[in-house]
Amino acid sequence: MSNFLGRLFGRSKEESSAQAAKRRLQFVLVHDRINLPPDLMTAMKEEILQVISKYVQVAGESIDIALKPSEGDINLLIAEVPFAKTLSTPRGALEDNDDDDLDA
Amino acid sequence: MGGRVVTVTSGKGGVGKTTTTANLGLALARLDKRVVVIDADIGLRNLDIVMGLENRIVYDLVDVVEGRAKVKQAMIKHKQFPDLYLIPAAQTRDKSAVSPADMVQLCNDLRKEFDFILIDSPAGIERGFRNAMAPADDILIVTNPEVSAVRDADRVIGLIEAENKGPARLILNRVKMDLVRKGDMLSADDVTDILAVKLIGIVPDDEAVVSASNSGTPVTLQDNSRSGQAFRNIARGCAARTYLSCSLMRKAGC
Repeated sequence: MSNFLGRLFGRSKEESSAQAAKRRLQFVLVHDRINLPPDLMTAMKEEILQVISKYVQVAGESIDIALKPSEGDINLLIAEVPFAKTLSTPRGALEDNDDDDLDA
Repeated sequence: MGGRVVTVTSGKGGVGKTTTTANLGLALARLDKRVVVIDADIGLRNLDIVMGLENRIVYDLVDVVEGRAKVKQAMIKHKQFPDLYLIPAAQTRDKSAVSPADMVQLCNDLRKEFDFILIDSPAGIERGFRNAMAPADDILIVTNPEVSAVRDADRVIGLIEAENKGPARLILNRVKMDLVRKGDMLSADDVTDILAVKLIGIVPDDEAVVSASNSGTPVTLQDNSRSGQAFRNIARGCAARTYLSCSLMRKAGC
């Protein structure tokens, strides 16, 4: 996660404290402005993970997701979802699993 | 229409709102403008002591709003500038004693006789902030180059935009140039990258501000003070109603 965010926000080892302040502020203000605190962000992340898992097999148990400030009026929601190169279970099996989940 | 209502606000407390209001008031008076400054921080009266007028208060803002005193009775004339007045805050009441509509009414009366009505807003984003915001034509946000103050300024900018009161303008106070050069303090450019508002003043951190408050003679009265010069520059933009951005001021050699 931190590695992903680090690349996203251009963090480097030689970062000055002023650069750190700017990076942290830009990150937190994107959340403040759309009123999406970290706990809701986590909930959204889990739902996105569930949806994507319906169609592709996600590698690992987590995805990286971040709001990125941009120059204009539009901010970006960027998600990095690692998925398996080959499907280890047939699609039908995945869907069956989903049905089982719903029944349970 | 008459005079212009300029509200000085911040979100976070302690960033220098009262100092800024006092200095802008004095700097505008030095430009021969007729000015009244209103301390809207009810319960936490401060503007009077920063301006050296604390011993002359008879009536306050709440007395005016509740009809115990006429506006003219509550206005304290500055010792040095006869066209500069202060309406002090009540010390023993809370912010609910005044409503946004009261402030609009009061300012509309004052517009007839003054060029500028400066309102020193309380910190926070509640009743006192709304009181100070309601009559505003121009809104000046004071912040420091620190994460907490910048974050709170952003919150206030959002609220001002939501109320269609903008555009807010930014004053960056207490900038320590040596720290900025070392990369240990946000620069003016950093802050304008983060906050989407026009920066109309950069005020250097200056020990003279403290001694000036101590004696009740705001720093803008000292011709050789750098912070005083910064406040005078902001006041010129305010008086001309142009609010030159800092980058333009630099080009103009201010």
